[in-house]
Amino acid sequence: MKQLITFIKKEATHVLRDRRTLFILFGMPLVQVLIFGFALTNEISNTRLIVVDHAHDAASQQLITRIAASRYFDIEAQAADEAHIEAAFRAGKIRMAVVFPAGFHRQLLQQHHAQVQVIADASDPNTASLLTTYLSAIIRDYQSELNAASPLPYSIVPVTRMLYNPQLKAAHNFVPGVMALVLMLVCVMMTAVSIVREKETGTMEVLLVSPLRPVWIILAKAIPYLALSLLNLATILLLSVLVLDLPVRGSLLLLFAESTLFIITCLTFGIFISIKTSTQQVAMLISLMGMLLPTLLFSGFMFPVENMPVPLQVISNIVPAKWFYSIAKSIMIKGLGFGAVWKETCVLAGITLFFFIMSLKSFKIRLA
Amino acid sequence: MNTIRFLLQKEFRQIFRNRSILVLILVMPVIQLIILPLAADYEIKNISCVVVDRDHSPYAQQLISRISGSGYLRLQATSPSFDEAFRLIGSDRADIILDIPPGFGRNLIRGAEQQLYIAANAINGTKASLGTAYLSAIIREYNSDIRMQLIQPGRYPPLPAIDIAVTNRFNPLLNYRAFMVPGILAILVTMVGGFLSALNIVKEKEAGTIEQINVTPIKKHHFILGKLIPFWVLGMVVFTLGLTIAWLVYGILPRGSLLVLYGFIAVYLPAVLGFGLLVSTYSETQQQAMFVMFFFMSVFILLGGLFTPVDGMPVWARAIVRLNPVSYLVAVMRMVILKGSGIRDILPHMGIILLFALCLNGWAIWNYRKTS
Repeated sequence: MKQLITFIKKEATHVLRDRRTLFILFGMPLVQVLIFGFALTNEISNTRLIVVDHAHDAASQQLITRIAASRYFDIEAQAADEAHIEAAFRAGKIRMAVVFPAGFHRQLLQQHHAQVQVIADASDPNTASLLTTYLSAIIRDYQSELNAASPLPYSIVPVTRMLYNPQLKAAHNFVPGVMALVLMLVCVMMTAVSIVREKETGTMEVLLVSPLRPVWIILAKAIPYLALSLLNLATILLLSVLVLDLPVRGSLLLLFAESTLFIITCLTFGIFISIKTSTQQVAMLISLMGMLLPTLLFSGFMFPVENMPVPLQVISNIVPAKWFYSIAKSIMIKGLGFGAVWKETCVLAGITLFFFIMSLKSFKIRLA
Repeated sequence: MNTIRFLLQKEFRQIFRNRSILVLILVMPVIQLIILPLAADYEIKNISCVVVDRDHSPYAQQLISRISGSGYLRLQATSPSFDEAFRLIGSDRADIILDIPPGFGRNLIRGAEQQLYIAANAINGTKASLGTAYLSAIIREYNSDIRMQLIQPGRYPPLPAIDIAVTNRFNPLLNYRAFMVPGILAILVTMVGGFLSALNIVKEKEAGTIEQINVTPIKKHHFILGKLIPFWVLGMVVFTLGLTIAWLVYGILPRGSLLVLYGFIAVYLPAVLGFGLLVSTYSETQQQAMFVMFFFMSVFILLGGLFTPVDGMPVWARAIVRLNPVSYLVAVMRMVILKGSGIRDILPHMGIILLFALCLNGWAIWNYRKTS
């Protein structure tokens, strides 16, 4: 036990002495959470579009005024004919074009039926469908105002309520996800170099001839980083609540405990990488290039996991960030208790145990 | 000139000697490009709906069968009470609740306005808005059919209706993968170039071999060029591999000219590599270089317009986007591959990237010190 404590002290001194790395380790996650918490949103505003008005009548002008007034759209130009649309799409100047046919208002009054043409740049399919939905809503509003003079009987009116996040703030969805992403990668990268660096600089030999057992070496490597990560976690949570206005509706203690478990999972995973690789470069390329995009995509905060093909849904289960994202969302936003997240907790604990045992098994006490 | 040739020989030999890294940087992007676009699917089609039917009239039944037959929404369950439905939302088994109040059918045929209640899980705002939009559209359609049945013809004059004809240009089937593959390829090329160059000089510092270079008459810009060119070649190889996979696996062929695409990448890679080398010259250990690159890379990726639209970001974030080389590459890849944009369309992007490349490499050369 005494040996372990001495060894932890040695490792902690290593970490604390390297001021520059310490500053990076501590400052970087905070800035990331702040930037992404504010900047990431699925909302679309100020989309530029071109209007081609062949009608030039009261109805088309009123509709154009409404489109221009909407916060979703900015009218880039009013073109005389459709020829400009294609070029503007190719140059990336606009995302949408609206064409009013000649005699729009007359058709509407006399034939009770008129057509508006909407052309969306569907190279970004989701934005295209959202924009068409917004534009249709503007046109439908206009239409129902035209009809307001003669109300119809037998009306069904849907009354909509948005649960958990009535203002549809993107931060409620993204901040727990960004927390999961940043904690995961930072923790894995911290320990991923820890053992392999000793191998590269040759100091591993010294450790191996010492009476320390492998399990203690692993623990001593991980514990200083655990302390650092917990400090990081506390600041990130504080920032999310104070600056990003995120609620913690459930128990703060539970959230902290679950986050600690998640951090331990990631540190263990990093140790495992460190034991398996032979140079720092390989360890870092695996933990960064190999994991950045998969963590981002499989944690489910950008893209819903249930949309993925079944084999990928299975793969997503081995990404710890996915489970933590679900836990953080349940506790912070939905205010649920341990009863709702015990399954995720068990999975995280299982992954941790697996990597811990694998690390111990692959720890070579002889030099190659 | 001779100096550079020898330097290149040294660098290439080092790259080819380290097989594990070579395999890593060629295989990892390929695997990710094959798998990740399948995961990055934002077509919102699986919205699960719970109906709380407290009415049990034939009208409510008709509405429920409309929902299950709509194809947009998946009728997950009907539940007798709102509380139970709410629990389904809490455990993520349902996304949206439709609450039909008692007396709905009876009030409806009397001609009074009748309300229905929709509650959506709004943690994911996009899903909630689209879900309620779908559900409202179903209700609206049902409503107008009911009217047709109940109103005697001729009692009311026909009302003006505006028909909206939507054309989805460039991607009529709204194929999300066509959108994601060029973007993910852009990120992978950036990561390979950025990480390798960031680790490179600092590795020589850590191993101490940089001393040997410092005492030779090699010029600073020769040294940087010697690092730049091999990674530039590797980046081009990874990019070509990626384009081949996009074509073989996803059937995506650039609509625009390949020459334009390669021309842009040829200018883009020096910018990214220059950034990596710059980080490398500032770092003391590989760990530092990696963490700094992780920071910038995550900002580049998340604020590059790849996953979330740039248009919705706050003004200061859009300023970051303009300083972000990845955003230009993602935009150009999509323009050329999906829309067939030509050289004239991407010339402004190219000019900015060229400027980045010159500044970053100049800075890296300036900051590389031969004395310690």
